[in-house]
Amino acid sequence: MDAVAGEIRAHSLTARVRKELRRAGSPHFVLDVSVEIPSGVTILFGPSGAGKSTLLDCIAGLLRPDAGRIEIGGEVLLDSTTGLNLSAQQRHIAYVFQTLALFPHLNVEANVSYGLANLPAAERRARVMEILAAFDVEKLRARKPGEISGGEKQRVALARSLVTSPRILLLDEPLTGLDAELKASILDDLRVWNATKQIPIVYVTHSREEVDALGERVIAMDRGQVLNEGTPREVLESPRHHRLAQAAGFENLMRGTVLDLREPDGVMCVRLGESACEIEVPLGHALPGSNVRVAIGAGDILLATERPNALSARNILEGKIVSMERRGSIMAARVDCGVKFAVHVTPGAVRALELQAGQRVWLVLKTHSCHLVED
Amino acid sequence: MNTQALFLSFRLAFCVSAVLLLIGMPLAYWLAFSKWRGKFLLESVVALPLVLPPTVLGFYALVAMGPHGPLGKIWMMLFGSGLAFTFQALLLASVIYSLPFAVQPLIAAFEGVDPKLLDASAVLGAGRLRTFARVILPLSVPGVITAVVLSFAHTMGEFGVVLMVGGNLPGATRTVSIAIYDQVQSLEYAEANRMALVLLAISFSVLSVVYAVNRRVWTPWLAK
Repeated sequence: MDAVAGEIRAHSLTARVRKELRRAGSPHFVLDVSVEIPSGVTILFGPSGAGKSTLLDCIAGLLRPDAGRIEIGGEVLLDSTTGLNLSAQQRHIAYVFQTLALFPHLNVEANVSYGLANLPAAERRARVMEILAAFDVEKLRARKPGEISGGEKQRVALARSLVTSPRILLLDEPLTGLDAELKASILDDLRVWNATKQIPIVYVTHSREEVDALGERVIAMDRGQVLNEGTPREVLESPRHHRLAQAAGFENLMRGTVLDLREPDGVMCVRLGESACEIEVPLGHALPGSNVRVAIGAGDILLATERPNALSARNILEGKIVSMERRGSIMAARVDCGVKFAVHVTPGAVRALELQAGQRVWLVLKTHSCHLVED
Repeated sequence: MNTQALFLSFRLAFCVSAVLLLIGMPLAYWLAFSKWRGKFLLESVVALPLVLPPTVLGFYALVAMGPHGPLGKIWMMLFGSGLAFTFQALLLASVIYSLPFAVQPLIAAFEGVDPKLLDASAVLGAGRLRTFARVILPLSVPGVITAVVLSFAHTMGEFGVVLMVGGNLPGATRTVSIAIYDQVQSLEYAEANRMALVLLAISFSVLSVVYAVNRRVWTPWLAK
């Protein structure tokens, strides 16, 4: 490698990968993407089955693409035109799996030093101790993975991957199943560690929370394709694809028909489903009469018990509460306005307005909370 | 008691287990991890001794190892003596006869190792040999013990193959099971009973080891 001692160089990853997978019982899947990942955290976001893990496996050398080229900081790891294909053990890439894959028969220290077999014992020990301290798990070094908690396992898995001074770090949903606070503290440790190393980190997730906590850059994928990339705001707050909208947590996804375009106002009028509900949405690439999908976050809808007036919001729909259900700290209401909406309100609001099933209510939707999405 | 026969059986069983461990590991590794579509053929060959009558296996082994058989001829060329009715002949036939008892538990154990652990090992820079030694083998200890113990026990108890290939030469090929058969034939029931009891006790202890290991009585590190 060309890293001069003491100098830290940022190496970006470029990968162009095509891989066909035949899975029994499902139509065959083609991953065909081209991504460029600079140093820092890049989130790979998309519904399950999007091909995110397949892409990571190709980058790590665990799966051989049918065609493509993978390069880190100028060094080529794979080039299908020349037949070059470095094996996983030659790539110096760190990869933390969703299952973490800690070796159950080795204690924490042996797990972490596994990747340092070529170093002299003294140096190996020093590096292991340093990384165990950085991830706050030095007290666990004699324990087996079966004897430590989920969050501790995640820290150990990160330490095991990073102790080898990898050129890039791949993380495949490594923090699923942890509570938010623990997640945040692990992500903080990771961010601190990478502040000095400056390597590209690819972070696969389908959790909005993690995107918001880490968010620098997002690449949205679905069905083996890159749909969109940019900041989390650009990619997730106005998803342009139906499945991405679903993955990004837009609870209301409805079909509609475009009635007319009001180009001077930058809006168009859409009738939802077969109902009489007509709403105004931002102007999109559609002609009157064409079918579109509209995504609306359940938390972006206001609920009123009387018909509101003198409001800037353009969409006010009358309906009836069908059901109310508590989900954690929110109350999820279903409201029938001809089409059914999911609406999230706070328990306090439910008490103050004395909301209950059967009640007549009005929904208020801002035009720009209604997102047009493609199939 | 016929300690000579008992000792011979132990010696044979020990040698068979050792040889099987040596050739069983790479064979089982290949059968567990190869992606070759035709590997079921080799799997069938390995499993054959489970279903073939020992006399059939013994018959072919005898023909192959006889003075006109291919193995017998090679042996004659290398060592200047016949192969049939020797301890070596017995060992060779027993290895084939007990092959599935060693290979199948090993395959099951190797296949039982979480493939993600193998991926993790590769990503951390370990080659196949190191991954085998540091991950697959330690996690397959119960399977290895099962393989050794089963091939040992199975060899201790075999009869038909020994009779076909080994004959009945005291000290060279007369194993416990043959000796018991002889004693019953000559109506020495008391002696036959003693030896049968010894064999029974050994088989029971050996199987207890296998089941204890597989119930994870002694391998707490595998407990979740």
